[in-house]
Amino acid sequence: MNGGRKSFGGGSSSGGRGRTGGAAQGKDGQRRPMFRRRKVCKFCSDKIDDINYKDTKLLMPFVPERAKILPRRISGTCAMHQRKLRTAIMRARQLALIPYTAE
Amino acid sequence: MDRKYELVYVVSPEASDEQVADLHTQVEAIVQRIGGQIEKTEHWGRRKLAYEIGRHKEGTYVLEAIIGGGELMKEIDRRLKVSDLVIRHLVVRVDEDQAVVERTKAKRTETSRRRRIARGLPADRQPGEGQRGEPDDDRDDRFDMGAEEMR
Repeated sequence: MNGGRKSFGGGSSSGGRGRTGGAAQGKDGQRRPMFRRRKVCKFCSDKIDDINYKDTKLLMPFVPERAKILPRRISGTCAMHQRKLRTAIMRARQLALIPYTAE
Repeated sequence: MDRKYELVYVVSPEASDEQVADLHTQVEAIVQRIGGQIEKTEHWGRRKLAYEIGRHKEGTYVLEAIIGGGELMKEIDRRLKVSDLVIRHLVVRVDEDQAVVERTKAKRTETSRRRRIARGLPADRQPGEGQRGEPDDDRDDRFDMGAEEMR
């Protein structure tokens, strides 16, 4: 493969976000495509316009065990909805509907 | 200049039903005195708090949707702050957000209708016609975990 040369880096042109999925290096230097599912914003795809602080069912998946807000790079939420999500979570926290931290 | 607000307050679990009702009438009195209107009241009842407030682990939640001015909400806010029975409260202005939500909704239906007409379809979706189903494993449920047990 590659004229006997080792190929370096495995052609991982995909940047830090890792959204599109680069290519993982195989054992013999062969490129094997690594499939990484493209993340989509839950609120865009489900057409949820109103991210409400009262709707804990909707918010809970975005505050995993440590009760921190799930970052965009993991959840795939778009910028606009992440902002709205943040305000909703912070309001819900004030009313003790959602924890600030895990005990 | 009528704005729409939402007020949620958490009443101490020790308070009796009469005391909760009394708080509601107090709020109502302020609203009437300064000039406004209570659109609706929702009693969520007693529920567990996500964290302890003081020594309380539970609270009675009441939501009021109020139409009125900023001065009115300021007064209500001040009164609730002073009250010993209310352990937490939150005032949120909602009219602007609701307007935005309505606008995006209207925009979405409008574009979908326009596109459907451009494709030679009836403007509204017909019964039985739906989106193509996505493959099952496309559902990413990694972060759905813990939602139940954290309640």
